[in-house]
Amino acid sequence: MLRRLLGMIPTLAVISVLVFIVIQLPEGDIVTSTLDRLSATGVEMSDDRIRNLRAQYNLDQPLPVQYLSWIGNFITGDMGFSYLYARPVNELVWERLGYTLLVTVGALLFTWLLALPIGIYSAVRQYSVADYAFTTAGLIGLATPNFLIALILMYLGYTWFGLSFGGLFSPEFLNAPWSWARFVDLLAHLWIPVIVIGTSGMAVTMRLMRANLLDELRKPYVTTARAKGVPPLKLLLKYPVRIAINPFISTIGLLLPALISGEAIVGVVLNLPTTGPLLVQSLITQDMYLAGSLIMLLSVLTVTGMLLSDLLLAWVDPRIRYE
Amino acid sequence: MSELDQLSPGRLAWMRFRRHRLAMIAGGVLVFLYLLALLCEFISPYAPEQRNARAINAPPMDIRFFDADGRFHPRPFVYGLNLTIDPDTWMREYRDDTSTRFELRLFAEGEPYRMWGIFPADRHLFGVDQTGGEYFHWFGTDSLGRDMFTRILYGARVSLSIGIVGVGLTLFLGVLLGGFAGYLGGIADNVVQRTTEVLQSIPTLPLWMALSAALPAAWSPITTYFGVTIILSLFGWTTLARQVRGRFLAMREEDFVVAARLVGANDTRIVFRHMLPGFTSHIITTATLAVPAMILGETALSFLGIGLRAPVVSWGVLLQQAQNYQVIVLTPWLLLPGAFIVVTVIAFNLLGDGLRDAADPYSNLGRP
Repeated sequence: MLRRLLGMIPTLAVISVLVFIVIQLPEGDIVTSTLDRLSATGVEMSDDRIRNLRAQYNLDQPLPVQYLSWIGNFITGDMGFSYLYARPVNELVWERLGYTLLVTVGALLFTWLLALPIGIYSAVRQYSVADYAFTTAGLIGLATPNFLIALILMYLGYTWFGLSFGGLFSPEFLNAPWSWARFVDLLAHLWIPVIVIGTSGMAVTMRLMRANLLDELRKPYVTTARAKGVPPLKLLLKYPVRIAINPFISTIGLLLPALISGEAIVGVVLNLPTTGPLLVQSLITQDMYLAGSLIMLLSVLTVTGMLLSDLLLAWVDPRIRYE
Repeated sequence: MSELDQLSPGRLAWMRFRRHRLAMIAGGVLVFLYLLALLCEFISPYAPEQRNARAINAPPMDIRFFDADGRFHPRPFVYGLNLTIDPDTWMREYRDDTSTRFELRLFAEGEPYRMWGIFPADRHLFGVDQTGGEYFHWFGTDSLGRDMFTRILYGARVSLSIGIVGVGLTLFLGVLLGGFAGYLGGIADNVVQRTTEVLQSIPTLPLWMALSAALPAAWSPITTYFGVTIILSLFGWTTLARQVRGRFLAMREEDFVVAARLVGANDTRIVFRHMLPGFTSHIITTATLAVPAMILGETALSFLGIGLRAPVVSWGVLLQQAQNYQVIVLTPWLLLPGAFIVVTVIAFNLLGDGLRDAADPYSNLGRP
């Protein structure tokens, strides 16, 4: 257990180096891009001030030093200062990360709540009309980019119901303090991104559940139980389904990066107050601290999710032990 | 001994594939799409940047055989458009102008172009009499009056080829590193294994985004194209590498490999002559199933404005025009490139499924 936990550290260390290299790649840095912007408006900065600015962002230090100070601050919980928003990255990120988690976990639950029963049904009624229909629907969902689903939903919502989607809150609740009404308003908006992000994982989950369960249903113990007269539904839910469901807990780890990726782009289209749009903005404007910290944070989230899914699996399936 | 036992493995696989009707159809659809992309200069009636000032944000035009009076015309035609402006809402609206009939013709004269950038020509597969002021926008036009059908075809060239080129790179990396790890074992195996684990635990899209945002804006379209392709395959090889490694590990201990080693074959020969042929079919299948991920990745990046950029035309770049719902509500035909993406991805998935079944020598489809 402890060993598994410690195993995360080198993974995260490697990721952090990677992320740091990536955000260093663009030519120029935040100071040069600021200078460009200023000189475009006719303001010239003295060399002294430029040097001060560079020192302020540690840009005058060699790269390894920059990396160490960045990651050191990151670990102690200081993610630096966003030049673009002129605010500490911490503030920016924390007010958005919660919504990212909410949407992602919601999408995961949505995928499972819908895909697992459908998978069970498809396996039990193999080659039925419904089985084919679900397979087709799943394939279309898999093939349609998340943002296209979002766009189509927006279009249908507007032409059919006159609704304009977007955001997680209605305008009147946008800056309101938390209240019951605001919570209800959030739920009324939340289902759209949840469905949009959830559909991409649906097909895979459905097919996997169907295949797992079909394998399980062919086993002799099922025949035995059936011969002994166990009621069909009880037999199905109590034994084969329980076994067929186990692998899904381990796929959380694989599904999570996909969901977070999906959230990043859907967030832009639907104008969500999540980390996705923030990341796109920061990358376009080369706001390095913001971009780097965000990617790092999302990676930490993913790796933690994978760890949790491993632990959950060990808890659910007694055959698995981490020793 | 039945007749089937004398057929080559390739023939058997082909027979099994033929049985997979959906995969056959999907294959046909893909061949058609790639042909469209290959011949886009000739098939499209316009040039991608050609503007029609009389049809801006025009809706798709219906191809007709019967005119407004119900008369039949052997030559298909479209009606010209009349621009009306709603006096209350100031909304621009195009109506069919039933007094002008533009007849479609084959090999119509149009904007001169260079086929594949080499052969000059000015004939397009179909079109209307452009010199006579006629116009025909099958899929409508965008906000600059550019023909959507034309742009979708040109976009197909970029989007479809990025899938193939990207998967080629992915294959190269995956087979090389996976084979390395599986065949050599030991430290090499450990390094590759840990690398794939790390790469698989990073959410891909954010990292893709970061990398393509790092591509200099001053790069030429073609360099950016390859830059984006490389970025996409940089993280795609992990799945393939794992599979190849697994196969190599299993095969390394097989009798025929041991035998080859004992008669003195060197490592390269063992890998390429004896082991690789054992799972090429498997690799082809995986590659087919990996193409959609590439296409979707390019689309997502370009859609966000950090992948390919105009003047490059790709399906993602085209969809970028339809980013907010005002645009979608007023000009829903700008979403048409999305339909092409969906069809392509579905076709690749079905084809991959068919190939997987065909490549499996133990599936009994080919046996009587």
